[in-house]
Amino acid sequence: MSASLEAAAPEAATATEDDAPLYAARRKIYPIAVHGRFRRIKWTILIVTLGIYYLLPFVRWDRGPGAPSQAVLIDFPNRRFYFFFIEIWPQEIYYITGLLILAALVLFFMNAVAGRIWCGYLCPQTVWTDLFQAIERLVEGDPRERREKLKHASRGQRAFEAAAKHVLWLMVAWWTGGAWVLYFADAPTLTMQLLKGQGPLVAYAWIGILTFTTYVLAGHMREQVCTYMCPWPRIQAALTDEYAFNVTYRYDRGEPRGSFKKTEALKLAGLPGGDCVDCKQCVAACPTGVDIREGAQLGCIQCGLCIDACDAIMTKLSRPAGLIAYDTEMNVRARQEGKPEQYRVLRPRTLLYAALIVVIGGIMVGTLATRSSENVAIIHDRNPFFVLLSDGSIRNAYTVRLVNKELVERRFSIAVAGVPEARVEVMGEPKEGGLPVVTVGPDQTTEVRLLVSTHTRLPAAASLDVDFTISDLATGASASARDHFKGP
Amino acid sequence: MAEAHHNEVDAASGVSTTGHEWDGIRELNNPLPRWWLWTFYACIAWAVAYWVVYPAWPMVSSYTSGVLGWRSRDAVQVQLAGLRAQRAVFAEKLEAASLDQIEQNPELLAFARAQGRAAFGDNCAPCHGAGAGGAKGYPNLNDDDWLWGGSLEQIHATITHGARSTDDAGHQGNMPAFGTDGILQRPDILAAADYVRSLSGLPPAPDAQIAKGKEVFEANCAACHGPEGKGNQELGAPNLTDGIWLYGSSRADIVADITHGRGGIMPAWGGRLDEGTIKALTVYVHTLGGGK
Ligand code: SF4
Ligand code: SF4
Repeated sequence: MSASLEAAAPEAATATEDDAPLYAARRKIYPIAVHGRFRRIKWTILIVTLGIYYLLPFVRWDRGPGAPSQAVLIDFPNRRFYFFFIEIWPQEIYYITGLLILAALVLFFMNAVAGRIWCGYLCPQTVWTDLFQAIERLVEGDPRERREKLKHASRGQRAFEAAAKHVLWLMVAWWTGGAWVLYFADAPTLTMQLLKGQGPLVAYAWIGILTFTTYVLAGHMREQVCTYMCPWPRIQAALTDEYAFNVTYRYDRGEPRGSFKKTEALKLAGLPGGDCVDCKQCVAACPTGVDIREGAQLGCIQCGLCIDACDAIMTKLSRPAGLIAYDTEMNVRARQEGKPEQYRVLRPRTLLYAALIVVIGGIMVGTLATRSSENVAIIHDRNPFFVLLSDGSIRNAYTVRLVNKELVERRFSIAVAGVPEARVEVMGEPKEGGLPVVTVGPDQTTEVRLLVSTHTRLPAAASLDVDFTISDLATGASASARDHFKGP
Repeated sequence: MAEAHHNEVDAASGVSTTGHEWDGIRELNNPLPRWWLWTFYACIAWAVAYWVVYPAWPMVSSYTSGVLGWRSRDAVQVQLAGLRAQRAVFAEKLEAASLDQIEQNPELLAFARAQGRAAFGDNCAPCHGAGAGGAKGYPNLNDDDWLWGGSLEQIHATITHGARSTDDAGHQGNMPAFGTDGILQRPDILAAADYVRSLSGLPPAPDAQIAKGKEVFEANCAACHGPEGKGNQELGAPNLTDGIWLYGSSRADIVADITHGRGGIMPAWGGRLDEGTIKALTVYVHTLGGGK
């Protein structure tokens, strides 16, 4: 009996551990401000990327009369996408697909080199959160000041500061939504319309939606988006390997941690003494609340701010910087065991990703540079397939769509090959040199009805291959398409 | 036994239980999240407001109409009015322009063809086919053979007034039933059929009596179809010398035509479609390929 009681005790202990709730309430994170190399890189990226995002719609690009003069414009009503000198039609959506594939490959490549640096530096979630946290520190002060205020400042002052912070956040969020809609219409015109309250309803709706999402995601959700919502951390974990650089606490050098005095004394005595003074600045600087000294972990977005925080301490203590650094767990262990370090940036996966990026990028540039600025598409009449005329000849009708991607009006002749003794006619269009000629406006398509008839007797149920070729009368540039000529 | 667990506090989570237990698994009595509850209350408030504002409850013979007086029928009317207003610009131009002007103006022509195509599908396709390819007894509008004429004006008149229709201004003219009305005897009909087939070069039957048929034709048929069988568009009498046969070109088909007569009906669309639509239809049919 007593034996069983004794046995029950440890069991109960493990049971409570297993029963611990799966849900952990969120601890709000107020990171301290840090200064250093990675912080500077992050500020630069923040200013450049947000600068591009907010200002790009106002950049002008002259495309001549009748065409929009906005450098980057997604023109839904006219179904065009403009990017500086490139104009993309809906049927060329594969360029966008190519861009997405390239984007994915670049992401994989970055991951193979240095883990989640996308998350730490470039991801919009990170950039906006960084900005919102900077605003928070500006208005309410550093975490230390915050704690002081919580104790000493009047309720009124705290409420005022909180309100100011939220107003500033909302203004940034609103500007974010505002910039978004400017990509879909002429930016200066739309800005004036919006200011006068005469903008289209859909613009206001999108500004509202994006104001809301920016405010909530960057102001309130923050690191929870990275930890719980975003699929990339899961995907990248499956793509990474042991050679990828990660923000790493070099415990080979840091442990055993202890106060400066204690570790110096240990070192003097020739005993092992680590460089980490357990000041916890790395934890205080972390925007996701991670203690990097516990090793690589899900919450870490590779932003490098803990590196800056720790380097500042190490410099003050005249110890070498880089106790936390971009390194690999493998190398930390190697150093500890006195084995040589291994750094391999050139590995099969980085080379493969780089090669794919070059190949796909090359294909895209190649096709973009050599794409034709005219096109023709044919639809054969299906009902009826053919018509018998009173003189006994057979006629087929086609709907022909001519595409002119140039910004000037062009005239195309249409030649038909493959039908013996063909008579070709385009309803309502003139003929020149025996061929029908169709005028297509600048950057437009024109649909015409084309009739081909022949006197020649065809074998029963004949189906002839027919080639339709359109040629620019001025430049001779041509495009063709194939369809059939059917007989009874 | 279950009651005993009621308000028992779960050790691990510190939450009281509901008293429900299944095989030793107890249900925690966690409160609903507050945001969820408020959303729920907001939905209830919304639903109540909706009953008041919009039509909601069915009554015996009607329904509660709501304080806004909103009706789905009115909403449709508003949308239709909007559509008409949107189309008005071109529709007015269509009504004002002559048929020739429409064909000369590419913009107007494109609009007329598009509208004509839609109107054709709604009104004409049941008889003439979706692509206007026709069927036995229903003319193919793609070819260049026209019973009542293939110019813009003639097509317009045919659509507006119809043929053998209820409209007095419509085309008139019937193929008499020579056989059933006892005008011609069977051998004469056979001979006439053989002669008609010979007009367009169709191979003669072995017992064909072309010469006799010619006599019969000149005495009975030439009045409408012309001495050479070229037809007469005033009367809707088809040209018998070309390769196009509305009711078929076999000897039996033609004998049936002569015996029982023919007279397909094209309804008059004048009162039913507005002038703009009829013009659009005219242009559409004309540009199908056979227009004169
Ligand atoms: S642990 Fe360091 S690198 Fe990772 S998120 Fe925190 S501060 Fe950034
Ligand atoms: S900032 Fe550096 S020294 Fe301070 S606790 Fe972190 S790792 Fe240790």
